[in-house]
Amino acid sequence: MSLLSYAKAMNRALSDALERDPAVCVLGEDVGAGLAGLTLGLQQRFGADRVVDTPLSEQAFTSAGIGAALAGMRPVIELQIPSLLFLVFEQLANQAHKFSLMTGGQAKVPLTVVVPGSGSRTGWAGQHSDQPYGLFAHVGIKTLVPATPTDAYGLLSSAIEDDDPVVLFAPAGALGVREDVTAPLAPVPLGAARVHRAGTDVTVLAVGQLVHHALAVAEELADEISVEVLDPRTLYPLDRAALADSLARTGRLVVADDSNRFAGFAAEVLAVAAEDFRLLSPPRRVTRPDGAVLPFALGLDQALQPSREQLRDAIRAVVK
Amino acid sequence: MSLPHLADPAGRYRMIRLIRSFEELALDWVKSGLIVGGTHPYIGQEAVAVGVCAALDPDDQLTSTHRGHGHVLAKGADPARLLAELAGRVGGLNLGRGGSMHAADFSLGILGANGIVGAGAPIAVGAAWASQRLGRPRVVASFFGDGALNQGVLLESLNLASIWRAPVLFVCENNGYATTLPAAAAVGGSARGRAEAFGIPAETVDGMDVEAVRAAAERAVRRARAGGGPSFLECLTYRFEAHHTMERRFRLAYRTAEEVAAWRERDPLALARRAVAAEKIDAIDTEITQLLASASTFAQESAVPDIASADDFLYASGLRPRAGAPA
Repeated sequence: MSLLSYAKAMNRALSDALERDPAVCVLGEDVGAGLAGLTLGLQQRFGADRVVDTPLSEQAFTSAGIGAALAGMRPVIELQIPSLLFLVFEQLANQAHKFSLMTGGQAKVPLTVVVPGSGSRTGWAGQHSDQPYGLFAHVGIKTLVPATPTDAYGLLSSAIEDDDPVVLFAPAGALGVREDVTAPLAPVPLGAARVHRAGTDVTVLAVGQLVHHALAVAEELADEISVEVLDPRTLYPLDRAALADSLARTGRLVVADDSNRFAGFAAEVLAVAAEDFRLLSPPRRVTRPDGAVLPFALGLDQALQPSREQLRDAIRAVVK
Repeated sequence: MSLPHLADPAGRYRMIRLIRSFEELALDWVKSGLIVGGTHPYIGQEAVAVGVCAALDPDDQLTSTHRGHGHVLAKGADPARLLAELAGRVGGLNLGRGGSMHAADFSLGILGANGIVGAGAPIAVGAAWASQRLGRPRVVASFFGDGALNQGVLLESLNLASIWRAPVLFVCENNGYATTLPAAAAVGGSARGRAEAFGIPAETVDGMDVEAVRAAAERAVRRARAGGGPSFLECLTYRFEAHHTMERRFRLAYRTAEEVAAWRERDPLALARRAVAAEKIDAIDTEITQLLASASTFAQESAVPDIASADDFLYASGLRPRAGAPA
């Protein structure tokens, strides 16, 4: 038996990819030292010209990744802080994502952006605590939020092999998860959801660390309500078939999404459910408030994130 | 092996003539509605694209700008397919998906015009860096205007190219105006000073003189191929036309007629003509007229894209997006 940590799983995915394909490289701040954990030891093993410490120029090195991808490489960009994605939104949404269509299919941009530690890291305040995955899903960039170490390994591996730009959010709230790994680590296809717990009364579609909250709440309520926990794993493209299967069993829906409520990811899931299914009761979502900015003080930081109590209440409300 | 079509003064004159006539034709097509939207005419700046591309090899690459037709043609793109692209036809370089501001031909190392000022520079740095990693060393020329001198990402790119010793030729086409804002009112310090601050050798040349541009570009390209890293070339030039075809209709008055006339005295087409024998000039002009006539026919006869294909190429992996209004 070996316990695999989330960071170690991403480290394994990167080292396997660097080993397998000479076109793979890693660019980012402090990746040589491995400050964020996922690149630990990689520069020593693969060299400073494949695991490249960049200056603090997120826009330039993200676009340099695009240029390298256009030239035939498969760069992985590490951005330590989720809010850095706001700095490079032009590079990702307006350049990387649009090259294939705008060039009539001449160009592809196999670029992977990894954010190790999205969402609140407890006490890092307003500019380090966002969950901007909905923005990328909205513009049509493949958007991944693995909840477990094996999914982190599998999704990061698939992202690097994908011919389109991909943004992978490793939620800070899931980085502490360790998993007893019994089977060999393997790629996880993009766009494939995972049922973590089967149930018949209500589907809880949960994202990132909230998968673990949902599983805990489902266990708590086990005698009362049969909860199915569905993890989309890929937010875009959403596995609508898996959602359909689950709703066919339960007919009720709660979405747990640690991002802002208005026009957020949960809103899209509810819209899909409303358009495509006849639910037995109005769906609920548990999210951050509209336009949330996480305040610093611990109690305030936590008050704006979806809680287990809110999730429990929402589940009870839809089955009432 | 430099680009064969730009190997001698006659070839370079021919390319300036082609770009000039192509741009005039494009202006007509915008007026007549064959080109929907508009273009940013390159007229007046042709010597920059031609001089720089004359220093490049076929395997070298470039990134271009919103005013990109000259760069695309000078690197060798088929004018018929560029014209078809501007007209949104399937025969276009980008199959009608990109238009004027995104024209690209990756088979010729043309990594695309770009709609965002300064956006091509970091892409060029990355492509140049990758070419070294992949064991296929090539030079990447990155064109941008004086407006891009105040984009932060350009400054970041100069630094990145410098520390990586990336084989990039940064080409600043200083035409004196960022749309309507004079460079004198917009640029603190100087263009060259920005490059020099990052340890990049920089030169300022007469951007109306194709031979001066070529000579400077050749020095820079030689340095890059020898492992000397990036260079910066400021080409002093002028656009004879409006910033874009919409402005043309507004008849804005941010430049004086005298200023435009003075620059027209130094028309790069006239300057390039001097290096070529008169009888050759006539033959070239006739050939270009015929070339553009057949390009026009090609573009007009090329089909408009099937609307059922509007989502094609959105994802290289073939993912199809959900329709906007599912049946």
